[in-house]
Amino acid sequence: MVDFTLWDILRNLIIAAQWTVLLSLIAFVGGGLVGLFWLLLRLWRPGAFKLPFAIYVQLFQGTPLLMQLFLSYFGLRLFGVEVSVWVSVSLALTLYTSAFLAEIWRGCVASIPKGQWEASASLALSFGEQMRYIIAPQALRIAIPPTVGFLVQVIKGTALASVVGFVELTRAGNMIANVTYEPFTVFACVGLMYFIMCYPISAYARYLERKTHAVSR
Amino acid sequence: MTVELNFLAVFQDWPMLVTGVIWTLGLTAIAIVVGLTVAVACAWVRTEGPKWLAIPVAAYVELMRNTPFIVQLFFIFFGLPALGVRFSPPVASGIALVLNLGAYGTEIIRAGLLATPKGQIEAALSLALSKFQIFTRVVLPPALKKVWPALVSQIVIVMLGSAVCGQIATEELSYAANVISANTFRTFEAYIIATAIYLVLALMVRSLLNWAGPRFIFGR
Repeated sequence: MVDFTLWDILRNLIIAAQWTVLLSLIAFVGGGLVGLFWLLLRLWRPGAFKLPFAIYVQLFQGTPLLMQLFLSYFGLRLFGVEVSVWVSVSLALTLYTSAFLAEIWRGCVASIPKGQWEASASLALSFGEQMRYIIAPQALRIAIPPTVGFLVQVIKGTALASVVGFVELTRAGNMIANVTYEPFTVFACVGLMYFIMCYPISAYARYLERKTHAVSR
Repeated sequence: MTVELNFLAVFQDWPMLVTGVIWTLGLTAIAIVVGLTVAVACAWVRTEGPKWLAIPVAAYVELMRNTPFIVQLFFIFFGLPALGVRFSPPVASGIALVLNLGAYGTEIIRAGLLATPKGQIEAALSLALSKFQIFTRVVLPPALKKVWPALVSQIVIVMLGSAVCGQIATEELSYAANVISANTFRTFEAYIIATAIYLVLALMVRSLLNWAGPRFIFGR
């Protein structure tokens, strides 16, 4: 019988937490790019893309992330794409993140007065120029606090990847709990480590939000 | 390569899906009723309650909001028995959902409470209402009304999050999909159907709460 010290547990959890961080970054960056793509489509041709955009967002916001992970995991295999669990998990988390970010950013762009669009259009700016010089700089300032806040949701979302067998912090916690027979300590440590990752980001998002509001008032 | 999808095979196990939907909705209902009660109580503590209580409540809210639901669930179901506190899967799921919605709800309701104009409280005081009456009749209803859309969104998120409870063998919808896929080997179809049901449930719960809020929760 091997004895596990608290340090053994923590050390292994820290190693696993690196995968949580990496997966979060992939989902956040990938989701940001896909979300931006959707948003630009929606702004570029509202008539054509309003409905597809709404359906896309509703599909990912109206179904459990766990189900999306399962579908990506089994779906890719069913259609003959042999991929590692890495790819299927990254894909699901990226699409999930993109739907939320696109919707958050759409709200930010919508909060910019219509006159700004009209004025820039009357100056004969193209769609790209309108975005680049008029809309994006203003929308970005409003968008940063909720975007940072959503990063916390992404980090917590990666915990579900453990269910399809991806070894990150939660999965490692499960495995260590099974070997050490100390589920209380292990899951408390796992929770604490998520807290250590998420709380500073939450606090920073709150700070940014206060700052933005203070400026605009 | 052709892929054959057979959705009928999944529907042959429809009683399991029905049981799953009932469990999912039941757990959500418990989370709404108990969780929102917890949320209102904690929001009260954080806005005008005693200081010595405000700190532990703030700690509870931040702990829940900054850790994944699945870890909370595992801690309650696998971790607490080490201290001699043992729950059945549905009870552990219910507790986890209540605590989770309670924490998020606290922050949402608190924002509503803070937006109460001071004059309303002064007016209520001048009418000799007790502190309790002022909170339940003057401050709370308009606060809930203001934040109801945010609360409804959070409730839908919690309902979708309850899919994780299947991982500790609570017989909710995702668990049903799991069992059906094991019985029929129609894994993809089973999860597609369960996901579609979740989507319908999310839309239904959202419109039901948007309808019920003004009628039963905060009046008008």
